[in-house]
Amino acid sequence: MGFREALDSGRFVVTAEVGPVKGTETKELLEDAELIKEKVDAINVTDLQSSVMRLGSMAVCHLLVDHGVDPVFQMTCRDRNRLALQSDLLSAWVLGVRNVLALTGDHPTLGDHPDAKPVFDLDSVSLLKVIGRLNEGFDMAGNELKGSPDFLPGAVVNPGADNEAALEMQIIKMEKKIEAGAKFFQTQGIFDLDLFERFMKRVEGFRVPVLGGIILLKSAGMARFMNKNVAGVFVPEPLIKEMEATKDKVRTSVGIAAHLVKGMKDLCRGVHIMAIGWEKRVPMVLEEAGL
Amino acid sequence: MVVAEIKPFEEIKNSIREFKKVLLVGCGTCVTVCLSGGRKQVELLASALKMSRNLEGDEVIIGEKVLPRQCDPKFVDMIKDEAGQYEAVLSMGCGAGVQGIADIITDIPVLPALNTTFIGMADEKGRYLEVCAACGNCILAETGGICPVARCAKGLIHGPCGGSQRGLCEVSKDNPCVWQMIYERLVKLNKVDFLKKMSRQRKIPVRPRRLVREEPKPKKEPTKGA
Repeated sequence: MGFREALDSGRFVVTAEVGPVKGTETKELLEDAELIKEKVDAINVTDLQSSVMRLGSMAVCHLLVDHGVDPVFQMTCRDRNRLALQSDLLSAWVLGVRNVLALTGDHPTLGDHPDAKPVFDLDSVSLLKVIGRLNEGFDMAGNELKGSPDFLPGAVVNPGADNEAALEMQIIKMEKKIEAGAKFFQTQGIFDLDLFERFMKRVEGFRVPVLGGIILLKSAGMARFMNKNVAGVFVPEPLIKEMEATKDKVRTSVGIAAHLVKGMKDLCRGVHIMAIGWEKRVPMVLEEAGL
Repeated sequence: MVVAEIKPFEEIKNSIREFKKVLLVGCGTCVTVCLSGGRKQVELLASALKMSRNLEGDEVIIGEKVLPRQCDPKFVDMIKDEAGQYEAVLSMGCGAGVQGIADIITDIPVLPALNTTFIGMADEKGRYLEVCAACGNCILAETGGICPVARCAKGLIHGPCGGSQRGLCEVSKDNPCVWQMIYERLVKLNKVDFLKKMSRQRKIPVRPRRLVREEPKPKKEPTKGA
């Protein structure tokens, strides 16, 4: 069953995520994918995450297709203008990619080539519209395509925006993304289920599946770093203390993630697990969460 | 206004190293206001250059002029003859000013003493902020008079990215997230629905742009005998 069918089935859906390395090494990434592919409905492949130059998302998505995985092609607007974005979408389709996650993308100044020209010709909302147009058989300029894709477009939302104005704007933008064709949402990492529940109440009328984001904590330091530097991620102090006190970081991290997954079962349509290098532990999380 | 800053002194000095007579020209408009190319800055730069070259035993003569506007040919014409006595012009105008002079004074080099940075305004803290991208497609009516094209690091026009923290931009913590400012202004104006409706495609200008002012056509002389 592919990702689209899993969403349509109405059951609780699980996606994971892999990040290509800087270079041509794909062995470990493919091993990780092999290990988790039976447990998840799709695997996202990040697009030069954190604006760091790496192996591309499209090529890795294609490799995943060959390994029997239904990939979610993450596509940012940072590095390509509308010609390249549309062309890459067509290319991804002929390489077997069926799901696209449309993102604005981090600014290049945050990455390892800070002088790179930021493109942002389109943004997440207009990219979603373009995907819809391609699906209908037309490019952005209205020209007819000879053979067209049938992508499942998705988008992201950040339920943990740290002030009222920021959260309101996230919700307004979420509505615009839905209007532009988003058929599913994956969220930023959630650590506070109460906060997430309030967010889900706000957006329940939108009737678009939301997959709650789960980040595997590797250490207390990582949690503190994210609290300070990653927008929308807030790890509550008790969880940081738990990671600090533990003798078995993996065990504790998996326990925290599994608790969050369980909590989300009643709140949203699925989870999106960002293991950030700990992909091999994803099956443990799911098992402990009873999935 | 156009905001500019004076280039590093060594760079300016190196750019005129081969010349013995240089005409230093300030500009009386934007760069006077932002304190980078007005009369005061012309005086200071001229004396600094002379002193520095003197110390090296390599004297230089620096003429000083300030034009009301370097980007207007009728003012540049005022220094055309005088420039003939010099080996180079060093302009303290913006990029348009330097080129305004170079368009008319074509037989000697015209060199920039400023880096032109942006279209902006001063805030109360004495800082200059970029506020207009001169995109040619003004959306300020929909964004509460605050421009996201110029003031969002990504130039986003459909609302904020997810990167702001504590109301600050992910790119520079010195800058507030402009979308947060827009949102707050629209709440105050009771126009938040603008954000929901707004749907545009960003237009990227094709350079160089040109604007033709349509002059009213002169009335036709009535034809004799008509």
